Amino acid sequence: MHLSFVDYAIIAIYFCFVIGIGVLLKRKVKSSSDFLGGRGGHEAIPLWITSLSFISANLGAQEVLGMAASGAKYGIMTAHFYWVGAIPAMVFLGLFMMPFYYGSRARSVPEYLSLRFDEKTRLLNALSFAGMTVFSSGISLYALAILFKVLLGWSFGFSVLLSAGIVAAYTFTGGLRSAIYNEVLQFFLIVLGISPIVYAGLRRVGGWEGLKMQLAPVMTHTWQYMGSPSDNPMGIGLFGMMMGLGFVLSFGYWCTDFLLVQRAMAARDMSAAQRTPLIAAFPKMLMPFVVIMPGLIAVAMSNMGADFSLPLKADGRMDYDMTLPTMLSHFYPSGLLGVGLTALMASFMSGMAGNVTAFNTVWTYDIYQAHIKKDASDEHYLRMGKLATVAGIAVSIATAYLARSFNNIMDLLQLVFGFVNAPLFATFLLGMFWKRTTGHGAFTGLLAGTTAAALTHGLTVAEGKGGWLGASVHEFQSTMGQAFAIAITAWLVCFIVTILVSLFTKPRPDSEMRGLVYSLTERPAPDPSARWYRRPYALAGVVLAATIILNLAFR
Amino acid sequence: MLNRLLDDLRFPIGLLFSIFAAILLVMGVFSPEVRDGGVNLNLFAGAVMGAFALFMLGTSVLAARSAGPEK
Repeated sequence: MHLSFVDYAIIAIYFCFVIGIGVLLKRKVKSSSDFLGGRGGHEAIPLWITSLSFISANLGAQEVLGMAASGAKYGIMTAHFYWVGAIPAMVFLGLFMMPFYYGSRARSVPEYLSLRFDEKTRLLNALSFAGMTVFSSGISLYALAILFKVLLGWSFGFSVLLSAGIVAAYTFTGGLRSAIYNEVLQFFLIVLGISPIVYAGLRRVGGWEGLKMQLAPVMTHTWQYMGSPSDNPMGIGLFGMMMGLGFVLSFGYWCTDFLLVQRAMAARDMSAAQRTPLIAAFPKMLMPFVVIMPGLIAVAMSNMGADFSLPLKADGRMDYDMTLPTMLSHFYPSGLLGVGLTALMASFMSGMAGNVTAFNTVWTYDIYQAHIKKDASDEHYLRMGKLATVAGIAVSIATAYLARSFNNIMDLLQLVFGFVNAPLFATFLLGMFWKRTTGHGAFTGLLAGTTAAALTHGLTVAEGKGGWLGASVHEFQSTMGQAFAIAITAWLVCFIVTILVSLFTKPRPDSEMRGLVYSLTERPAPDPSARWYRRPYALAGVVLAATIILNLAFR
Repeated sequence: MLNRLLDDLRFPIGLLFSIFAAILLVMGVFSPEVRDGGVNLNLFAGAVMGAFALFMLGTSVLAARSAGPEK
């Protein structure tokens, strides 16, 4: 891929803007809560910004490149990750969980665990989350550097240091607000920078009808081939999809991951915090048409025998990960190519900045303030937050280099973090909706769920992965099917063990759990005079109706 | 007025996309390149980004004006 001066100029202008936003917001950072988040410190952030930031924090490189790759590999079924695996969980978060996160006055998700349960549960969650965020950030950096080495011939070190340096510049100066503002800018850049591929691609293949003619029927339907795992390229059946992706994984991710919840917690009031994921659901449900559609178009064009084909891996199979870059190179002239590449960079930076700002909050509030230095001045915690930002970025860079030398380490880390995350939603569900749940129950349940996840992986095999305990008791059609089964098992074990241990341990008195548990918390009466889009339940109804329509349209 | 505009995220977003739109429109008009798909994508994307930039800039200016004089 050859870039012209104009393309480089566009990339440079974008870099100036993201750093400029950080510099402009520096004057608003006067306290630790301005920098790290947590209500009371910073000025209110408008609802449209928190909403777009909420989905943009999830619109990292893995999403943008990965969904186009999945679109090429699995077809429109990939939209399940949005219409089944995201929207219902976002609605649940807005209606039922935000009142506790926001109403409890916790500054982070681990802090909620501390208020609801105890310090050991908080520390377990904080440590695993902090580790996960900096390593995820490093994986993003590594992927960016590899991509730009392949596409542009940039050296690994140059790509890593340039991207990390820019993210450091705007997160260090403006903190969480700067990350959120840049995520919104990056959202528009990603949408406007990638959509022209869909427009030109659909023209090329003859619209949706032309696309369907070029692809196998299983590629253009979301539900019709879900009867059995062997009927579809994902290797997933209806139960695995609904329970694994639609419930455990999606609710576990969207409802408990502080990286996302932090954006909603930055809203100006409870209503805005509740509506943040609900408003975000509208663009989220349309994202498949931006990020998945290029994958379908790429395969259709390859099938048409046009002068287009996806690159091949060394083993002769299609390299689906290169779907989006190949489409950019094929369709975009100089000028728009610069915008498209900037959009890819934006997606990497968006993911990295989100991870770094979530890491510095959890490190400062939930590890440092809670366990290392309790009664320091606010100025001290502000300095620690800034130091954590720099340290988080430094560890990310080290992780990127580590991944370059030992690629399998990344697979292992992602696997281990999957084990930790899978049972978390059971802990929150019981903690928020069953007042009898105890801290000992939650802690033991989390450990048991994580162990169950590891055992399931060790005792099953899929595409040659897993089965490290020697005896394989089941073989899955795909690694995705295996991942869903691991999540379901971990969730169930955590759920059951938490209940059993809670029944044998002493619960906290009701008076200590007001505002933390559903049955002990007064819910504000809905304002009947407010317009529908200001009422969370009405908004949720519209979101769910629109999602059902999309599922039916592409069934 | 300028302080209000700089406080409003719509303004820098509008500014960035108006620069991108101007570059793409100039490229689309003076150096037209029609690739696969049969459309001058620089011109098309430039027009869309220009409209979006105008919307963002316009709403931020209106909001700054309606907020009244700065203290």
